[in-house]
Amino acid sequence: MARQRKGIEVSIAMADAVAQADVDVIAAYPITPQTHIVEHLSEIVANGELDAEYVPVESEHSAMSVCCGSSAVGARTFTSTSSQGLALMAEIFFIAASMRLPMVMALANRSLSGPLSIWNDHTDTMMVRDAGWIHIFVENGQESYDNVFCGFRISEDPTVMLPLAVNLDGFILTHMIEPVIYEDNETIRKYLPEMRMKNALHPDNPVSMGCFAMPEIYTEAQMSREQGLLNAYPAIVKAWKEWGDLTGRYYQPIETYRTEDAEYCIVTMGSYGETAMEVVDALREEGEKVGVVKIRLWRPFPFEDFRSAVEGKKSLIVIDRAISFGGPGGPVALELRSALYGRPNAPAIVNYVAGLAGRDVARSDFRKIILEGKAKASKGETEGFTLYGLRG
Amino acid sequence: MAKPMEKITWQELEAGSVVTEIGNARVYETGSWRSERPVVEASQCIKCGVCWLFCPDSCIVKAADGHFEADLTYCKGCGICAKECPVGCITMIAEEE
Repeated sequence: MARQRKGIEVSIAMADAVAQADVDVIAAYPITPQTHIVEHLSEIVANGELDAEYVPVESEHSAMSVCCGSSAVGARTFTSTSSQGLALMAEIFFIAASMRLPMVMALANRSLSGPLSIWNDHTDTMMVRDAGWIHIFVENGQESYDNVFCGFRISEDPTVMLPLAVNLDGFILTHMIEPVIYEDNETIRKYLPEMRMKNALHPDNPVSMGCFAMPEIYTEAQMSREQGLLNAYPAIVKAWKEWGDLTGRYYQPIETYRTEDAEYCIVTMGSYGETAMEVVDALREEGEKVGVVKIRLWRPFPFEDFRSAVEGKKSLIVIDRAISFGGPGGPVALELRSALYGRPNAPAIVNYVAGLAGRDVARSDFRKIILEGKAKASKGETEGFTLYGLRG
Repeated sequence: MAKPMEKITWQELEAGSVVTEIGNARVYETGSWRSERPVVEASQCIKCGVCWLFCPDSCIVKAADGHFEADLTYCKGCGICAKECPVGCITMIAEEE
């Protein structure tokens, strides 16, 4: 395939990226809004355009189990899910990280039941926040396409060997048609070497995987897992840098927009970053000293990058797409408050939970959140969270 | 030979806690779990090996004269050998006895 710019649905672009990454095994079960990704992949395999095993499993629990098996023998492995599918996968999802099995998942973020809903927010991914996967959030079609390659590169890096989820907002991204630059296959081959797994299952080198751990060793196993995830950070930064050098598109764990002289910032994760930048442009015209901080790498959380991005700011208005029921606010704000707690002159944090289950958050809403949040911060109203747009 | 589990540091674990040494369960002495032990009446043993086949811990060993016995360093006292023995020459005895 030659390098080209295509007007295409983001799900299809992502499936094409998976094919270009020359995966060996795909195991997935269709669930809205991820369905187009795996449907298109099944077509690509059925048409003979990709030499891969496509395993049409009977459930997401089986999908993740197949992925663990294929990754364990050193096969490049892809899956995709959303919401209830992720919930059904949960048991094996944790095991994949514990066993350090590289694979990439396109996680089309969707609300969890109940009430039953098919639309976008981040409640599904927050359910597995602590599973030990690498979590990347993307904002648009190009980033979705690019991070399939970066995802495999990171996940299969011999110093990492961890499963990785590319989180993309369901419908807002998955069903959007937009221009995406496809890289040529030679660039991809240059960027993405064949997977080499040190302890892959093979009769010549027998190993035991997924063993039972007594209390005498469980703690050590968890520390090894924690350190493995922290060690992934330099590999992630390197993979993004090299992708940028090849394609001109660079990614950072924390990205900023017009923050240099900003007094306060709006913090987003996922596709909301795009709208936030437009609204910040408009507010800048009016003299507001506001910028955008975007979280691209959610796990391992880039504490140092975040702290330096917000240093000297008066306040942060954090938009969450999920509620931690009975807790201190949305999961992102909770993280950021922890990151800054006890630090002198740390910015005040005002937390909004918005856009649950696909409720639109338009430019006018962002504007309102930013200005209202700034006012709250200056009055010291920084506890808890506000459920934006709530009636009653 | 593998280290006993309680001596391994987290840095010594393979990524994913993969076990790369074959047969290292040998250092894990499970005999202390036992509340009953199998006692074999060697004169009745027909040397068929059914107990050896069924033992979930692979702790049955063949004695010099060909009859089978449990290695009590590993035997957890589950009683499967006694249940399966076709001639009934294995009896489970309480550890206190």
